[in-house]
Amino acid sequence: MPDKKIRIVVAKPGLDGHDRGAKVIARALRDAGMEVIYTGLRQTPEQIVTTAIQEDADGIGISILSGAHEFYFRRIIELLKEKNASDVIVFGGGVIPEQDVPALLKMGAGAIFGPGTSTVTAVDWIKKAVSEKDAVKA
Amino acid sequence: MASLTDKALAGDPRAVARLISMAENRDEGLDSLMKELYLAPSAGKAWVVGVTGSPGAGKSTLTDKLIEQLRAKGERVGVLAVDPSSPYTGGAILADRLRMQRHTDDSGVFIRSLAARGSLGGLSRGTREGVLILDACGFDVIIIETVGVGQSEIDIMRVADSVCVVLVPGLGDDVQAMKAGIMEIADLFVVNKADKQGADRLVNEVRAVLEFLQNKDWVPTIDRTVAETGDGVPSLVENLERHREYAKARGRERERARMRARIEDIIVDRLSLQASKLLEAKEAEILPAVMDRKLDPYSAADMILAE
Repeated sequence: MPDKKIRIVVAKPGLDGHDRGAKVIARALRDAGMEVIYTGLRQTPEQIVTTAIQEDADGIGISILSGAHEFYFRRIIELLKEKNASDVIVFGGGVIPEQDVPALLKMGAGAIFGPGTSTVTAVDWIKKAVSEKDAVKA
Repeated sequence: MASLTDKALAGDPRAVARLISMAENRDEGLDSLMKELYLAPSAGKAWVVGVTGSPGAGKSTLTDKLIEQLRAKGERVGVLAVDPSSPYTGGAILADRLRMQRHTDDSGVFIRSLAARGSLGGLSRGTREGVLILDACGFDVIIIETVGVGQSEIDIMRVADSVCVVLVPGLGDDVQAMKAGIMEIADLFVVNKADKQGADRLVNEVRAVLEFLQNKDWVPTIDRTVAETGDGVPSLVENLERHREYAKARGRERERARMRARIEDIIVDRLSLQASKLLEAKEAEILPAVMDRKLDPYSAADMILAE
């Protein structure tokens, strides 16, 4: 009677101290029945990836408002590869200009949810992405 | 290809994490992996410390400081931190590690958050297996932080060698300290937030309760701490180490009780799984009669068990 729950690390890399968006998405994922590992502010990419591995997370959601999204996405995706964990899906939100999104997706980000995205959209996307990932593994 | 347990025993954190998930999810095949780990030469050596107490008492912050002190002594530390699941959606926000994140870069520390997933005793379904996994994989000390508990969530005493009960001033009068349940399972009391008003009174109340225990061979210690600053934590660690030695000396007795409980848990788990299967098979047939009061639930249970 296996009873798997979707586990998502919600992280806030970088130095700005605004974690409202991260908290809103954490709450929405919780209400959708997921287990959310909330790591709080000012996380380094190394800390985020180690957390995702120890927590056996299905995905990492990162909230970035500082403008450094390209750096953080690149580094996190690189580290996941290095640690043999590139099956972990990576998605993000925050203040990310639309013209930067294609580059992030090309890098390996699964989805970018801009301001105004309904939490339902994010929840549905995560559920679908995780079930596809598990189907590949099985 | 090396098996999952081989990889975990060799120290691969991903494999360790995956095994813990399998335990949480009750995956098929779990039992045989656990058998392998229980009999591994590295298993059975870890010291298991429980940290329990009410929500907001400072358990996570205290655990963070304990990790720091134990790492300074060269111990490899595993942490299992349990937070509640929603009774409505099954979802959870697991935020205990928020207070311990600075240890994430240290490969001698492995922190895992567990959602209670319907367990009521302060632990989660996968906690017991989590201990076995971390133990077999070479962690010297395993700290279990329970869900923020009330008065009777005492499962931790069936898992931990040394139990710390964390109290904070301002939550009740001296009659609270006399009550049964969680106050009885402490090997060590911690009065945290000891810089707050009422801490002296709380220490005295706990001391008054302990006076009745003076003839026991281990009298629970009382430490005053301010986990936020680390004040008082070194003395707590000294007392913990003393209790570790004490527990080791009379280990077999406690171990016997614990292993008995463990076997009982496994039997109950399996029987309850069987029971839900039996019920599921018969429910359509029997339930309407019970609801219409033509059959009582006790006879219904007899009928199902007679199958």
